Amino acid sequence: MEALGLLLHGFEVLFTFKTLALMMVGLVLGIFVGVLPGLGGPNGVAILLPLTFTMDPTSAIVMLSCIYWGALFGGAITSILFNIPGEAWSVATTFDGYPMAQQGKAAEALTAAFTSSFIGSLVAVLLITFLAPSIASFALRFGPPEFFAVYLLTFCSFVGLGREEKHKTLISMSLGLLLAGIGMDTVSAQLRMTFGWSELYRGINFLVAVIGLFGISEILLTMEERLALRGHAASISLRVVLKVWKDMPRYWVTLLRSSAIGCWLGITPGGAIAASFMGYNLAKRFSDDKESFGKGRIEGVFAPETAAHASGTSALLPMLALGIPGSGTAAILLGGLMVWGLNPGPLLFVEHKDFVWGLIASMYLGNIVGLVMVLSTVPLFAAVLRVPFSAIAPMIVVSCAVGAYAIQNAMFDIWLMLVFGVVGYVFKKIGIPLAPFTLALVLGNRAEDSFRLSMIGAGGDMRVFWSNSLVGSITTLALLLLFWPLIGGAFGRMRSALVKKTA
Amino acid sequence: MAESEKEIVVEDPNAPAEDSPGVANTRTVDIVVSLLLIAFAGLMAFDNWRTGMGWAPDGPKAGYFPFYLSMVLGGASLYGLVVAFLERAGAQRIFVNRDQLRRVMQVFVPTCLFCLVTQWLGLYVASFLLVAGFMRVIGRIAWWKSLLTSFIFALAMFVTFDVAFDVLMPKGPIEALFGH
Repeated sequence: MEALGLLLHGFEVLFTFKTLALMMVGLVLGIFVGVLPGLGGPNGVAILLPLTFTMDPTSAIVMLSCIYWGALFGGAITSILFNIPGEAWSVATTFDGYPMAQQGKAAEALTAAFTSSFIGSLVAVLLITFLAPSIASFALRFGPPEFFAVYLLTFCSFVGLGREEKHKTLISMSLGLLLAGIGMDTVSAQLRMTFGWSELYRGINFLVAVIGLFGISEILLTMEERLALRGHAASISLRVVLKVWKDMPRYWVTLLRSSAIGCWLGITPGGAIAASFMGYNLAKRFSDDKESFGKGRIEGVFAPETAAHASGTSALLPMLALGIPGSGTAAILLGGLMVWGLNPGPLLFVEHKDFVWGLIASMYLGNIVGLVMVLSTVPLFAAVLRVPFSAIAPMIVVSCAVGAYAIQNAMFDIWLMLVFGVVGYVFKKIGIPLAPFTLALVLGNRAEDSFRLSMIGAGGDMRVFWSNSLVGSITTLALLLLFWPLIGGAFGRMRSALVKKTA
Repeated sequence: MAESEKEIVVEDPNAPAEDSPGVANTRTVDIVVSLLLIAFAGLMAFDNWRTGMGWAPDGPKAGYFPFYLSMVLGGASLYGLVVAFLERAGAQRIFVNRDQLRRVMQVFVPTCLFCLVTQWLGLYVASFLLVAGFMRVIGRIAWWKSLLTSFIFALAMFVTFDVAFDVLMPKGPIEALFGH
């Protein structure tokens, strides 16, 4: 097994004092970020990204991904103890987690949540370990047309499969792609859409936009809400942990099903949030005792948490293997790669073995250490919520500004961040999704380059996107997905017409 | 164990009231945003047309890709505008009510001021002022607590970024006094 050898090498990279220390720092920061109101995975990673600018890429990605795992763990704490989902995908955890806490079984619920998160991640990491290298080596044969087809597939699946109104997804995506194009055109070195404004020559930095969209706008949205909270303090004893773990194998079907759903939806772009709901609903549907769901059933915690973490982790698979992020957070990590001077894509597996396998090894270790850490320190982190929001809010604002400035040492970027904060606030409130925007902004230039390079190669003939069976089938699939709502609707009508005829 | 130890309670005395009068409804905002996006798309389309949106001998010109994107953006926004005009439900949904807007402005205005001050006095002084002012004025936390917290925070940020991680922030006259 070549992957195993490389993985061992990854662990070697990881086992230095510095990397391990950074991992712990990342996890603690991540749990904080997950617990604090108004902050979640993507915001936390975006805000803390500047800390890593001067690090070597491997330490940087280890720390950042640990912030991400920490935030995922932290989200479960507030969902269960306070009925406040830190992120959209923690919503399903509150259905049974909070009732359990009310019944005095907070410790069991937390243990269940943490352990199942761990299992979900583990399955996804195993998938990454064994699947990502082969996908990457397959993708090494891709030329510009194939890459453009894959980008097209990503964008189209957002439009076709997303649950938001189609035109709003389209607005968000085309706006992101447009903004990505501002500044110097990478193919012809011509300036465009700058209107002679020198600050725009650099282009709009993706990370500045993300910090505004997710950081500042989240603070504004959080302030709108009632910030009072009432919940349970809990500490987890070893006895409870062992009891939950002993009962756990009984739910292996649920765990396995949720892991599978999570992995699948995580790899498909735009599916991360759906995973936890789907995991929960399927567990409920296949259960003998449907009534007890929502009233504090431990299975109702296992199912969504496993799926959420499996999808959150497997979203990194397409990012590593193809350079296409499967979620908002993965998009931010991808932005980080570019800052550290790495070129995302299948070549990463060839040119930066240390980086890739260090990251994969850190996924294993980070999740194990994270599990132990959250199990032992829950009371500490729950107490963080006692800190008044009026002290936390300005600190988050400052951290956002630091992050925005640090990327290009430009004051202009702080103002830009503020503008994106307002845009994010308004967009969220009128239902324009931000994930396609983020993805478009980070992929925009590379999508355009691959399109133009294929056009240059083919002498302007669009048929290049159907020139061989591989690129042809990806392009066709992309178009099918784009028009899926229409096609699905037509199928539905045809079927009902047939049913009428036969009846 | 006493009951109070088992519970974590955080009050929010000046939370926005549910029945506070609305400032804008979702439909109005939808329409305004659509119009702004259409205008933006038009502007971008014009600029890309000027740059060259056609085909050069070796492939599409610099403006080709963004030109068609602005067409997509304009088209989708136009559709959104029509939907917003036809749909009546949005007129009933409140986009933001007065209390909420007040609270949002409580963060937004200080944040804008913070950005301005950063430009003149540097980031660390600005963040000291922001945290202290915000805690005192909006959180009504005791003076000494606000000042102490914000001082420690600004110092911690300085040590973390400028000293430990070598990420340099904009600085003003006060840091210059200390030789930075």
